[in-house]
Amino acid sequence: MPDGFHEEEILGKAYDGRLMRRLLGYLRPYKAVVFFALAAIFLFGLLQVVPPYLMMVEIDRYLDPAGRGRVPAFFLHFLSPHPLTGILQIALVFFIPTVVITFVLQFAQSYAMQLVGQKVMYDIRNQIFSHLQQLPMSYYDRNPVGRMVTRVTTDVDVLNDLFASGVVAIFGDFFTLVAITGIMLAINWKLALMTFSVLPLIVLVTMAFRRAVRESYRRIRIAIARINAYLQEHITGMTVLQLFNREAASYEEFEQINRAHLDAYKDSILAYGLFYPAVEFLGVLAIAIILYRGGVEALSGTLTIGAAVAFIQYSQRFFRPIQDLSDKYNILQSAMASSERIFKLLDTSAVVHDPAAPRTIEKLRGRVEFRSVGFGYQADHRVVEDISFTIEPGETVAVVGHTGAGKTTLTSLLLRFYEPQEGELLLDGVPIRELSRSDLRRNFGLVLQDPFIFSGTIASNIRMGTPGISDEQVREAARRVNLLPFIEALPHGFDEPVKERGATLSVGQRQLLSFARALAHDPSILILDEATSSVDTQTEILIREGLRTLMENRTSLVIAHRLSTIQNASKIIVMHKGRIREVGTHQELLARQGIYFKLYQLQYKDQELPVTEAASRAGNSMPELAS
Amino acid sequence: MPSSVLTRLRRLQPYLRRYKKRYVIGLTALVLTQVVGVTIPLVIRRALDRIQHSTTPLGRLVHFGPIVDGLLFLAGILLALQLGKSIFLFLTRWVLIGISRDVEYDLRNDLFRHLERLDARYYTENRTGDLMAKLTNDLAAVRNIVGPGIMYSANTVVLGVLAIAVMLYMDPRLTLLALLPLPLASLLVKFFGQKIHERFEKIQALYSELTEKVRESLAGVRVIRAFCQEEAERRSFDRMNGDMVGRNKGLIWISSFLWPGLALLFAASTLLIMVVGGWQVVRHDITVGTFVAFTMYLMYLIWPIIALGWVTNIIQRGLASLGRLWKIFEAEPDISDREVPEHPLNEIRGDIEFRNLTFSYNGSPILKDINLRIPAGTTVGLVGATGAGKSTLASLIARLYDAPAGAVLVDGVPIREIPLRTLRESIGFVPQDTFLFSETVRENIRFGKPSATERDVERAAETSHILPEIGGFPKGFDTMVGERGLTLSGGQKQRVAISRAVLRDPRILILDDALSHVDTYTEEAILRHLTRIMAGRTTLMISHRVSTIRHADWIIVLRHGEIAEQGTHEELLALNGYYADLYSRQLIEEALEKEA
Repeated sequence: MPDGFHEEEILGKAYDGRLMRRLLGYLRPYKAVVFFALAAIFLFGLLQVVPPYLMMVEIDRYLDPAGRGRVPAFFLHFLSPHPLTGILQIALVFFIPTVVITFVLQFAQSYAMQLVGQKVMYDIRNQIFSHLQQLPMSYYDRNPVGRMVTRVTTDVDVLNDLFASGVVAIFGDFFTLVAITGIMLAINWKLALMTFSVLPLIVLVTMAFRRAVRESYRRIRIAIARINAYLQEHITGMTVLQLFNREAASYEEFEQINRAHLDAYKDSILAYGLFYPAVEFLGVLAIAIILYRGGVEALSGTLTIGAAVAFIQYSQRFFRPIQDLSDKYNILQSAMASSERIFKLLDTSAVVHDPAAPRTIEKLRGRVEFRSVGFGYQADHRVVEDISFTIEPGETVAVVGHTGAGKTTLTSLLLRFYEPQEGELLLDGVPIRELSRSDLRRNFGLVLQDPFIFSGTIASNIRMGTPGISDEQVREAARRVNLLPFIEALPHGFDEPVKERGATLSVGQRQLLSFARALAHDPSILILDEATSSVDTQTEILIREGLRTLMENRTSLVIAHRLSTIQNASKIIVMHKGRIREVGTHQELLARQGIYFKLYQLQYKDQELPVTEAASRAGNSMPELAS
Repeated sequence: MPSSVLTRLRRLQPYLRRYKKRYVIGLTALVLTQVVGVTIPLVIRRALDRIQHSTTPLGRLVHFGPIVDGLLFLAGILLALQLGKSIFLFLTRWVLIGISRDVEYDLRNDLFRHLERLDARYYTENRTGDLMAKLTNDLAAVRNIVGPGIMYSANTVVLGVLAIAVMLYMDPRLTLLALLPLPLASLLVKFFGQKIHERFEKIQALYSELTEKVRESLAGVRVIRAFCQEEAERRSFDRMNGDMVGRNKGLIWISSFLWPGLALLFAASTLLIMVVGGWQVVRHDITVGTFVAFTMYLMYLIWPIIALGWVTNIIQRGLASLGRLWKIFEAEPDISDREVPEHPLNEIRGDIEFRNLTFSYNGSPILKDINLRIPAGTTVGLVGATGAGKSTLASLIARLYDAPAGAVLVDGVPIREIPLRTLRESIGFVPQDTFLFSETVRENIRFGKPSATERDVERAAETSHILPEIGGFPKGFDTMVGERGLTLSGGQKQRVAISRAVLRDPRILILDDALSHVDTYTEEAILRHLTRIMAGRTTLMISHRVSTIRHADWIIVLRHGEIAEQGTHEELLALNGYYADLYSRQLIEEALEKEA
C-alpha cells in the first residue's frame, strides 16, 4: 500500500474535546463492559497497596519485636501469636487471595477492554465502509482509492490503541496513585509528605523529557516518511536512475536523509538515556529520605521498621504510573489525528438523495430517452451537451466516437452515477429522478470495458451478491456465453477461486465472465462498453456469440468497438466533442462521408480483414514487456 | 547455539567490528552499572539493620546522635552510589542502543547502494512493495538484535550473576527457594511471545485480505453500484470484519494473560521470601535488612528474567530477517562490466549496429533476427504496433537488458565491452513511461548532470518547449513535481523528461514514444529544436505517429519483432504497406480533430 508511505499529517493536537466526546460515543453500546473494566481496574488499583502492607504487618508483628505495639488492632487480634502460624496466616489468608484476585482483575480488565477495542473498531470500520458505499461517484473521482482504504484500515487501528490500552489504563494509573497516596498518608502523614517532595522533581523531569522526545519523535517520523518515500520512488524509478548514471549522486542524497533519521534517533536515545537514570535516581532519593527520616522516627518510636519498608515499596510503585502517564500522550496524539480524518470522511454527506416517495416499477419494458441532457463533472465545463435520443424496447443502439467524445458519460448518467445539470432522462416515460436508485439499477446490466473481477469464485462473480439467482441460473448463464466448457475444466469448477489481479483468467475469459454476470441478472436494459483489447480468433468468435446472446431481445446501449456490433445495431449515434453529430445506420452514415466515415476508417475498417489480422492490430492494451 | 545461527550472525561481523571500541565502552559501563547497582540493596539492608538494632532494648543504650549521623551517612552513600549507577546506566544505553542505530544506518546505506547496482530484471522479479517491507521491517528486526538484543542479553547475564551471587552470599537456601519460580517466567515470556507472534502474523494475513477487500470494493465501485451490490458488499465486509474480531480474540486472550501471569509468578517468589525468609528472621538466621534486601533483589531480577524470554524471540526473528536481507545482498546484477577489457572505449561517437539480434525476456522471442546499422549522426524512426518490440530494441542499446553477446555494437565494439558508465553517459534516454522524481523541476531536468548551470537548464527546457510553461508555475524552476507538488500533465512530464535527456548533451538520443501526449503543434516545435541540437548526433525515435518520424533519415517498421519495412518516408509511402496505412490514418485523425 504505497499510500501509507506518504504520511498525510505528521503530528497534530494531543487532545481535542470535541473529537474525544465523539470517540467516547462509540463506547456506548459496550457501556456494561466498560463499567465492568473500570470497576476491575478500580479494585486493581486498591489491591496494589496490599502486598507492601502485608509485609509491614509481618515485619512489625513477627520479625521486629519493637514494632509489635504499632500493628493495627485487627491484625493483632486475628493473627496467631506463634510466628510460623502467623506468617502462614498472612500468606494464605491475605497474600495469596490478594495476588490471585489481582491476577484475575488485571486479566479480566485487559481482556474486556481489548475486546471492546476490537468491537469498536468493528463498528467504526463498518460505519466507514457503509458510508463509502453511499458516497456519490464524484467523491470517488476526487479521492484516490489508496487514501480511502487507509481510512478504513490504518486510521482505525490507531484508535484501537486508545481504547485497548489508553482510556482505561489512564484510570488505572490514577486509581493506583490515589490508593498509594491514601495509604502512605494513613501510615505516617509526615513521612508521606516528605516522600512526596520528590514528586515535583519527577514531574519536572518527565515534562522536560516529554518535550525533548516529542521534538525528536517529530523529526524521526518525518525522517522515516522521507526515507520510505525516497526508497519507494527510487526503487520504482531505478531504471531511470541507472540510465542517467545517478548512482553516486542519489546515494549521497539517500545518505543525507538516512543521516537525518540517525541524528533524530540519537537525540531520542539521549533523551531516554537521561530520563530513565534520572527517574531511578529520584526513586532512590525518595528511599534515602525514607531511610533517614524514617530512621529518626523509628528511633523515637513513631515509626516501625515495617512501615519504613512499606514506604520504600510504595514509593517505587508510586512513580511508575507517572512515567506511564507520559507514554499515553503519544497514543492520544495519534488517535486525535486519525479520528479527525475519519470523522471528516463520515461527515462528507451524500449529495444525491433518493426521492422521498419514489415511483415503484416492476419489470421495465426498456424504453430509454435522453431529453436535452447536459452534464459536466465540473459545474463550468460541460462534457456532454444537448443530448437527445431514444432507444425503443428491444432495440440495440451503438454509440461511437473518438476518445473523449463523452460516450462513457452517457452510460454513467443513465445509471445515475451523476446527475445531469440540464435536461432529463426517462425510462418507460418516467423521469429516472423519480425512481429509487436501487430500483433503477436493478433493471440494468453493466458490462465494463475492463471487466472487474472480484476476489471470490467464478460463481460468486457471476451471481455477485444478488439473492435469488440459483446455481442453475448461474450455470445457464455461463453456458449461454460459452464459458461452461472452460469452467468445467477447472479443478473446482464454479467454485474455482479467482482474484481481481490474479492470472487465473485470460482477457477473453474475463470478458465472457462479465457477460455471464450480466446475463444471470437478466436486465431489461444492457449497458455495454466493449473492450478494445485483442484476443485470439477463437475467443473473438466466442465473444461475438456471447454478445449476440446478451443483446437478444433486450434494449441495449453499446459503446461499440466491434464492427460486427455496429453492423448489427439498429441505430448508430455518433458523438463528437460532447455532442451528437450524426445518427443513422451503418450504411446511411457511411454514405454521408462525415465523422462516422472517418471513424470507421480509423477504428473499424481493419476488422473487415480476417479476424486474426484484426486481433494483432487492434490491440492497444497489451503491455509491452520492456515498459 | 546451532552453527547455522552463528554463520548467519557472522554476516553482521563487519558491521559490528566497526564499533568494537564503543561496544567495549558500552559493555564496561553495563558491568559497572550492575556492579554499583547490586550494592544499593546492601546499603539499605545496612541502614535497616542499624535502625532495627537501635530499637532493640540493647540498642537503646547507644546514643541517639551517632545513629542518626550514621543514617545520614548511609543515605549519602546511597545517593552517591545511585548517582554512579545512573551515570553508568546512561552510558550503557546511550552507547549500546546508539550502536544499533549506527549499524542500521550503515546497513540501510549499503542496501541502497546495492540496489542501485541491480538491473531491470531484478526489479521485474521483485516487487517494490516486497523490497520496501524488507528495507523497513527486516532492517528493524536486525537492528533489534544488534541493540536491545545484545544489551539485554548482557544485562541479564551480568545482573543475574551478580545479584544471585550476593543473594547466595547472604543466604543460599533462601536464594534457591526464591528463584524457584523465576525460570518459569522466562519460559512463559518465550512461549507466549512466540504464540503472540504467530497469532499476530495470522491476524496480519487476514488484515491484508481485509485491506484488499476494501480496495476492491472501492476500485470496483461502478460494477457494485450498477448491480445494486452495496448491501451485499456491506454484508461480506461485515463478515470479514467480524472474522477479524474473532481472530483477535485469540490474541487478546494470550496477551491479556501474559503480564498478569508474570506478576503472579513474581508474587510467588515474594511469597516464598515472606514465609521462608520471615521464618528465618524469626529464628535469627538472617536480619530484617537481609529479608528486605532479598525482596529488592527479586525486583531487580524481574526485568532481566523477562528479557531472557523476550530476547530469544528477538534474536529468532532478527535472524530470519537477516536471512531475507542477505538475499538482497547476494543478488548480483546480470548486467555489469565483467566483459570490459583492460583498455576500453572511453568515448563514443554514436554508431549503433544490431547483428543477427534475436532476443527474448523468457521464452518466446520479442525480437527476431534484426540486422540494422544506424550510422553516427543519423536520425532513425521506429514505428510499429504495440508489442512489436520497439521499446525492447531501444532498451538493449542502453543495456537495460543484455542482448546475446556481439549482437549489439556501438562504434563497432560489442556493448558488453564498453564500460556501463561510458555507454550510458553518452545516451540521452526518454523512456516510454515518463518517470519524474518528487523534486523541483530544476532538479528533475539536471538529474543526469548535477553540475549543469542555470543557463544549461533553461536551454534544455527551451528545447523541449516547456520553458514558457515553467514560467507560469507557482515557483518556476523551483516548483516541486509530483504528489507533494504540482501535478504535471502527461505532455508536460514528457517534455521535462526530454529536457532531462537533452541536458546531458548525449551522443545518442533515444525517444521512446516521448511525444505521445504532446499536441502536434508543440511536437513540431520540439522536433525543430531537436534537429538543430542533434545535428551530427545519433537519434532513435520511436513513435506511433507518422508526424514524429516522417523527417527521419531512415524509418524502420517493426512487426512481430521483425523488420517489416524500411526506407525513407517517401519510399515507404510508395510501398503502400503498414507505414502508408499508418500515414493515412493520421491524416484522417487530423481531419477529425478539426471537426468543430
